[in-house]
Amino acid sequence: MTSVRVQQEDFDVAAEIANMRAGGTRIGAIVAFIGLVRDLNDGDEVRTLTLEHYPGMTEKALEQIVADARQRWDVSDVRVVHRVGALAPSDAIVLVLVASAHRGEAFAACQFVMDYLKTRAPFWKKEMTPGGERWVEARESDDNAAARW
Amino acid sequence: MIRLVYLARLRDVLGTPGESVALPAEIGTVSGLLAWLAQRGGAWAQELAPGRAVRVAVNHDLARPDTPVRAGDEIALFPPVTGG
Repeated sequence: MTSVRVQQEDFDVAAEIANMRAGGTRIGAIVAFIGLVRDLNDGDEVRTLTLEHYPGMTEKALEQIVADARQRWDVSDVRVVHRVGALAPSDAIVLVLVASAHRGEAFAACQFVMDYLKTRAPFWKKEMTPGGERWVEARESDDNAAARW
Repeated sequence: MIRLVYLARLRDVLGTPGESVALPAEIGTVSGLLAWLAQRGGAWAQELAPGRAVRVAVNHDLARPDTPVRAGDEIALFPPVTGG
């Protein structure tokens, strides 16, 4: 099973975790992060969020982030599923799963993957609000979060 | 020839998803390429001006201003990323 997927369809968190658990009995902890679409951003109602990516580079960038996490922490498995296309409030956007013998490594590696993904993986969000469409601007706080690693 | 790819907001403001162009012989780096494209004026000059937050990837790897560009490369220009 590949560690990185970019897809339009939703993902099944339970199935993804079951698949990871089938990978071995040395796993003592699995940390999952699930990013969701909010219906409010910068004070405006968000009706639709459209995710765009750069096919080829996006998968390569995610694979590099996963490889970095595996090198930095003693984790046995790292997986990322990221959706693209039109999403609605409360829809899932991204799933990061990290398995390790103990929780500390898995928590840290999961945060690292998300912080790097937010600043290095080529995805872009466009929001449909009552005032029209707008591209989401990158946040300085995301750069700061990635810089701490 | 090089293949230029414009993504997200840059594609919208430049009005095209991409193009193939002949790379002038004197252009050998990402910064040189951006300066050359900015000479087109209008949205090109505005979006690719020094100091604007434009990210560049050469053959699917994030590039820096001094990254070399060569004939046959796929070079993507895009705004700072906002996934996750």
